[in-house]
Amino acid sequence: MSAPMAAAASEQLPNPILTVEHLSMRFGGLVAVDDLSFTAERGQITALIGPNGAGKTTVFNCITGFYKPTTGLIRLAHADGRAYLLERLLNFRVAQRARVARTFQNIRLFQGMTALENLVVAQHNVLMKASGFTFAGLVGLKSYRSAESAAVEKARYWLERTALLSRADDPAGALAYGEQRRLEIARAMCTDPVLLCLDEPAAGLNAHESAELNDLLQFIRREHGTSVLLIEHDMSVVMEISDHIVVLDYGVKIADGTPEEIRNDPKVIAAYLGVEDEDEVANVEAEVGR
Amino acid sequence: MKSLAPASTQSGLSIVAALKDAALTAAVAFGLFFFMIGLRAEQGLGGALEITTRWPSLAMLVAAVFAGAFVRALFFGRRAIPLECLLPASFARRGAKAVSSVSRFVGPALLIFALLVPVLFYQNRYILDLGIMVLTYVMLGWGLNVVIGLAGLLDLGYVAFYAVGAYSYALLATTYGLSFWICLPLAGILAAFWGIILGFPVLRLRGDYLAIVTLAFGEIIRLVLLNWQSFTGGPNGISSIPRPSFFGLPFTDGEGSFAATFGLEYSPTHRVVFLFYLILALALLTNVVTLRLRRLPIGRAWEAMREDEIACRSLGINTTTTKLTAFAIGAMFGGFAGSFFATRQGFISPESFTFGESALVLAIVVLGGMGSQLGVAVAALVMLGGFELFREFELYRMLVFGFAMVLIMIWRPRGLVATRDPSLYLTERKAIAGSFVKVQG
Repeated sequence: MSAPMAAAASEQLPNPILTVEHLSMRFGGLVAVDDLSFTAERGQITALIGPNGAGKTTVFNCITGFYKPTTGLIRLAHADGRAYLLERLLNFRVAQRARVARTFQNIRLFQGMTALENLVVAQHNVLMKASGFTFAGLVGLKSYRSAESAAVEKARYWLERTALLSRADDPAGALAYGEQRRLEIARAMCTDPVLLCLDEPAAGLNAHESAELNDLLQFIRREHGTSVLLIEHDMSVVMEISDHIVVLDYGVKIADGTPEEIRNDPKVIAAYLGVEDEDEVANVEAEVGR
Repeated sequence: MKSLAPASTQSGLSIVAALKDAALTAAVAFGLFFFMIGLRAEQGLGGALEITTRWPSLAMLVAAVFAGAFVRALFFGRRAIPLECLLPASFARRGAKAVSSVSRFVGPALLIFALLVPVLFYQNRYILDLGIMVLTYVMLGWGLNVVIGLAGLLDLGYVAFYAVGAYSYALLATTYGLSFWICLPLAGILAAFWGIILGFPVLRLRGDYLAIVTLAFGEIIRLVLLNWQSFTGGPNGISSIPRPSFFGLPFTDGEGSFAATFGLEYSPTHRVVFLFYLILALALLTNVVTLRLRRLPIGRAWEAMREDEIACRSLGINTTTTKLTAFAIGAMFGGFAGSFFATRQGFISPESFTFGESALVLAIVVLGGMGSQLGVAVAALVMLGGFELFREFELYRMLVFGFAMVLIMIWRPRGLVATRDPSLYLTERKAIAGSFVKVQG
């Protein structure tokens, strides 16, 4: 992966930020992901969908460095041409160097810390440098103090964006469920990611909150140019905001395309309805009166 | 107390329920004790068994059970009356606020008191020695608080670093004749080094497993000190460790001493007072550095790691170095305290560094409230002061100590100061309730 591809790419040519090639992940005898290849375009929202147990979260864990894939390549290209092979990076380096941020299916906030602190912790690496790896900060140098107020400003910006400004000084554990989901996205955005991976961000949200989430994700994509990779079951979110959808079933990719294509793909419908072959889909659809 | 009924009806209901509960318990107790306590078979004059009755004892026991069950049902049962209800309502409301405003003054007041102790008790050697001991444990508690309270790493072998610091100073000073002020940082660095050595193998461990390994580490250090005769002197320890000097002026009688230079009459108390201020300064250094670190990225990363290690990694925080720095910094303060201990005692042996010491420091941190500097200081004072108060009841001391710990864990399971102070705020500094804060990573 020495040749910088992004430099040669023009606007018409595909300009993938994330290329997954022949990714497989086995846990003993269980094949969770089997020879999966897909790409996510820069500046777009790509959704990864599939029935429960299809291996979506496993793919996420491979991309964000929490699992070492059994085989396969995961290549992340920055806009300036630098490329990273994510499967070779240590888990925290994926966020630090390759700038891939993620959220978790079961929210993982720092519950005993305030919302503001959560967002400042996310800027750890920037602040660590500014504090001269603690030594300059310990003696209270001015450069560190200005870096810290810049970090607080950034946190304030994201709190405002996620409508959490009034809860800034409350512990994250005291926030309502929907607020916690938004705070986790804000925290991920505070790491200045090029790729934001969201694991079921709409889980447990009501229709109104889901609509707000759509706006937030589109804002992130539009204003910050952050590409988004999304696992989601809520089709009102997936179909409305995704530019591209990849469908997994039993660890295998069964479809890949625009929302319109996916909506009409018989294989996808078969997978979601839990029937064996595509002919039966027609029967089922006839029964439910579609 | 979720229902909207007036408090008086509510407490009336609770009393009736508690009475019923207590009566039932008393009935069971009566049934049990009737034969065991109430009746007694004794050999009579003719060799035949005679039954004697002991109704007063039985009545007393059943009454005691009734009273105990009543109190328990009233205050700790399912429909318990909150203890605050016993106080006037306005007092209870003001109570919460008062606690926070009081705690703001307790710290400075304690500090001023500590500064004045040598002045107030100049004649009282016993108080001064006790003060030095309390401050040593305050410092150890604050050092361990970095590891347990902030980083959430349960370390049961903290005494190992105390020992490393003490032996570092003792060996460097007796072998190379280095002064205390050169040895102090060296002892800190060596202890920090051992903190990192311990940190590496336990990087992947957490909770109970981490506690077991650190416990073993503490024992290993003690056993090495005990058995490496040629280096550490084994069970004989190291004696005639140089006493500290006032920046080169020794606390002795005669020419060039501290007393002669300042034109004072020689008194052995000078050294004790100096030691008192020395450990106070070291403890305050620990406190200031810890409070500073909490507001720096490294300190926030420690706390974040305590809350959720996986989330830390997803944000690009290197949890390996974060853990190792927590171990190293905690160990460094332990090392400082250790070299102070060596210079104060003039003699050290492995016997001073048993698991009991680790347990005492841990108890201070847990009792004080993990992560709270003030709580740890108060806990050290209460604990060691309590030990001294009960010195006369040598036999019952541990019993009372254990009972007190159980009571405190029931009433204040998160320690004396359970709330967490946020490291920075946007509009208003609000204390975070202990129930949100994780105890261990």
